[in-house]
Amino acid sequence: MSDLVLDLISGGLLLGGGLIGVLGALGVLRFPDFYSRLHAAGMTDTLCALMIVAGLIMQTGLSLLTLKLALILLFLLFTAPTATHALARAALSDGVQPTQGGQAGQPTDKASPEDRSSNT
Amino acid sequence: MTAVYVVSVLLVFLTMALALVRALKGPTIYDRILAVNVIGTKTVLVVALISVFSGNGDLVDVALVYALINFLAVVAVMKLARCGDLAAAHTPNVTTDNAHE
Repeated sequence: MSDLVLDLISGGLLLGGGLIGVLGALGVLRFPDFYSRLHAAGMTDTLCALMIVAGLIMQTGLSLLTLKLALILLFLLFTAPTATHALARAALSDGVQPTQGGQAGQPTDKASPEDRSSNT
Repeated sequence: MTAVYVVSVLLVFLTMALALVRALKGPTIYDRILAVNVIGTKTVLVVALISVFSGNGDLVDVALVYALINFLAVVAVMKLARCGDLAAAHTPNVTTDNAHE
């Protein structure tokens, strides 16, 4: 009985993690701007890794394998936001401009530094 | 449970394929680095899934090392693309670079 419940929960986590990964890749493929693509990839990478590794941990039970999977999750949770942040910083210092939709009437050169400092 | 594993591995493969399209057509080099980062993270997940699915516990160590190497590779490629030299000491200042353009 509890095995069935564990299988159901971990199967849902695995499939949900896969689906969230596909959604993030669709965002990376279709979003118009580098920074929005970065947002899609950064958010979904973390959640996808979290859900898939949690589903795997439920399958393995308590063993050394569980500890290693938890370590993978820990490393991914530390390195994925760091890489995203470094990418955004490198792109910004290289002069990749974010597109400014919904701000009609304002010149983008004047509006971009203030928007950037208030949004980040 | 086998079908669940196979479907989730296929979903992760689909994710990698979509990210590969972005890596091939990305307008800036940062798009390509971002797509390669996504592919690397998903590779770690695929190796972990296959390791648990096939009952071959040693493969988890491969995934563990890949997670670390992937981060180092992304940062190194980014510095190479930005500075042109891995040993460059130049630290670009983000706030003043674009504000005075």
